[in-house]
Amino acid sequence: MRALWRPATVGVAAVCSIVSAAGIEDGEKRSGFDFMTPETQALQSDDMSNPGMLWVLQGEQLWQQAEGRADVACAGCHGDASQTMRGVAARYPAFDEATERPIDLAGRVSSCRAERQQAEPLAPESDALLALTTYVAHQSRGMPITPATDARLAPFRDNGRRLFQSRIGQLELSCASCHDDNWGKRLGGSAIPQAHPTGYPLYRLEWQTVGSLQRRLRNCMIGVRAEPFAFGAAELVDLELHLTERASGMLVETPAVRP
Amino acid sequence: MARALINMPKTAKRGEIVEVRAMIAHPMETGYRIGPNGSNIPRDIIRRFACSYDGEEVFWADLHPAVSANPFIAFTLVASTSGVIEFTWTDDAGRTQTASATITVG
Repeated sequence: MRALWRPATVGVAAVCSIVSAAGIEDGEKRSGFDFMTPETQALQSDDMSNPGMLWVLQGEQLWQQAEGRADVACAGCHGDASQTMRGVAARYPAFDEATERPIDLAGRVSSCRAERQQAEPLAPESDALLALTTYVAHQSRGMPITPATDARLAPFRDNGRRLFQSRIGQLELSCASCHDDNWGKRLGGSAIPQAHPTGYPLYRLEWQTVGSLQRRLRNCMIGVRAEPFAFGAAELVDLELHLTERASGMLVETPAVRP
Repeated sequence: MARALINMPKTAKRGEIVEVRAMIAHPMETGYRIGPNGSNIPRDIIRRFACSYDGEEVFWADLHPAVSANPFIAFTLVASTSGVIEFTWTDDAGRTQTASATITVG
């Protein structure tokens, strides 16, 4: 009887260890910044050498520029971004009443552009959309990430967590396999960070440009040889929602620089 | 309108060495990459950067395909006189983008 029971106990113990491995303790949370070389850290820290600031600059110009059939600029409704947009990025993705789904910051910029300005939509990852998103997110730099508390977000957040922990692709890896269970180790030559979205949109040296969190998520999916979700897909927004909750309390760095 | 960031002191003492840092948004497409349709992405780089101080060209640089996107160039000048410092970036097609800053020498 004892011999029969032992494998079952081992099984239960293994399940427990998987459950406890999920998630990073609050005291252990570290931004991707901490995993970079001092040179790349210096690049981010100095606004005059941080190439992401070029997008902030462009966003500042676009913010003032009247667009669309409504012929109104972002500033026409929202005024001075340094006041009205302060803290906004720290609580996105938020619940969108119109679609009854969570919406991320770039999605909000796009929907505002379509509905209020009645302008042509901006393509995902276009310079203009990234610039506006970076400019808005930059207004929250230094503020702690405080995920939206709307109860209607809960099912989407749960779906995001499920996606984060699901093994996908030919390599059969989940986000959690690397970023929860093996952060701090190396994958090839690169450090594995904890995957906290603290600095998006961010300038990635590999991309030679600013890119969104969705671009990064799609990159990782291609990396594990899975079919990536399309830009703007509901699943990506759900994942963003989970990631923000996971990074709760960490400081916004936009525009960050990453290797 | 150039998307450029210029960083240099606004004032300096006569004869002082000041550091000038200039960065411009540019893809610096090498011409060697293959696009999604299988053909080469055409080359599009900044070829020449120049800086003039009070109308006189005091620094210039030739840029090549190996220079990264959004080129960042830092150099020093001797502050000799108050005036306008102009920056010019010229690309493959001969188009130029400009930015300027003023310095007061006391």
